[in-house]
Amino acid sequence: MTRDIHAYLAEFDDIPGTRVYTAARARRGYHLNQFAMSLMKPANRDRWKAGERAYLDEWPISEEQKQAVLDRDYNRMLDLGGNIYFLSKIFSTDGIPFAEACSTMTDMTFPEYRQMMLDGGRSPEGNRSIKGGN
Amino acid sequence: MARITAGVGSSHVPLLGVAVDQGKTGDDYFDPIFAGYDWTRAWEKAEKPDVVVLVYNDHASAFDANIIPTFAIGCGERYKPADEGWGPRPVPDIEGHADLAWHIAQCLILDDFDMTIINEMDVDHGLTVPLSMMFGTPEKWPCKVVPLAVNVVTYPVPSGNRCWALGEAIKRAVESFPEDLNVQIWGTGGMSHQLQGPRAGLLNREWDNRFMDLLVGDTQDARAIPHIEYLRETGSEGIEMVMWLIMRGALGKTTRCLHRHYHIPCSNTAIGHLVLEPV
Repeated sequence: MTRDIHAYLAEFDDIPGTRVYTAARARRGYHLNQFAMSLMKPANRDRWKAGERAYLDEWPISEEQKQAVLDRDYNRMLDLGGNIYFLSKIFSTDGIPFAEACSTMTDMTFPEYRQMMLDGGRSPEGNRSIKGGN
Repeated sequence: MARITAGVGSSHVPLLGVAVDQGKTGDDYFDPIFAGYDWTRAWEKAEKPDVVVLVYNDHASAFDANIIPTFAIGCGERYKPADEGWGPRPVPDIEGHADLAWHIAQCLILDDFDMTIINEMDVDHGLTVPLSMMFGTPEKWPCKVVPLAVNVVTYPVPSGNRCWALGEAIKRAVESFPEDLNVQIWGTGGMSHQLQGPRAGLLNREWDNRFMDLLVGDTQDARAIPHIEYLRETGSEGIEMVMWLIMRGALGKTTRCLHRHYHIPCSNTAIGHLVLEPV
């Protein structure tokens, strides 16, 4: 087991196409995630749908986080500290299934992504390590 | 005395709950998944467990980003299915076993596991989907449940070794409870899946099956699998499989496999299911 926190965290950056939800991300994205969590309440969903920008402005989150939410740019939201389980409240409110939301973070369309899953999913081959190239 | 008679491993994909709730379990897409649980549903009817210690993770439902317990045990009398954004699942409330849960909590703390105690919470698909998979659609769940929620979202999550050791401590705790109870332990979540980023959709049939192999018999090799291996091989959400190790640890030195099932895909996820008994 890795006991050195620095070595432990450094390895996470070597995984292609992945943002591991570390303490640093949890800290940066705290209010972004709490905003997303607020959409679990029907009354909040109604207010959000009535005016997204005004609803976002009630939260102490950065302008770039707000813009990423308005753009539904999930990769950007992950970069800015969002966690997918919290962000799922946003696409659930939009009525978008999890798999479709996932597809928007890849270079595929939703039908292409769905077909990849039916064909056995994305292979780990070549997707394990940036440095290792495997 | 209470005793742990069996362990069950199972994925808890929310789409499976949707399939049950909308009567779609016989559809072409879902049938191969649910058919793999037929054996277990019949077996559970015969086994009639009194209590299930149900190890799962909360998906931003009961716990928000504010408080992040590594290991939390539900000591309440009753839990409601959570509204995860589209209304609560139409399944029965879950009855707790507060006496056993408080007993386990006290024993674990004396045994150096500093548990978070939860009196009231709603439980999300992580807990209700496995109940549906194992018991179908009864009017009332046929057993009581002790929810045990694990942080597998914010890193560092607990190590595989720590999870296994927690399972060992749960076994000791259950066996010191004076009432005669048939207790099962379920480890849920997984198998390989990644729900985020450009690598979303990663699945790893070979790794998942090797992992299931490691839960059968007397090997303890799975204790030492580091987080980075789960992340690289099974996707960012595959780390949920550490919760299966709590189940395995609670079954003692050696296990026998009674039933095993694996299917790809369910939404973004590989489905794995394992029924074990202590030898």
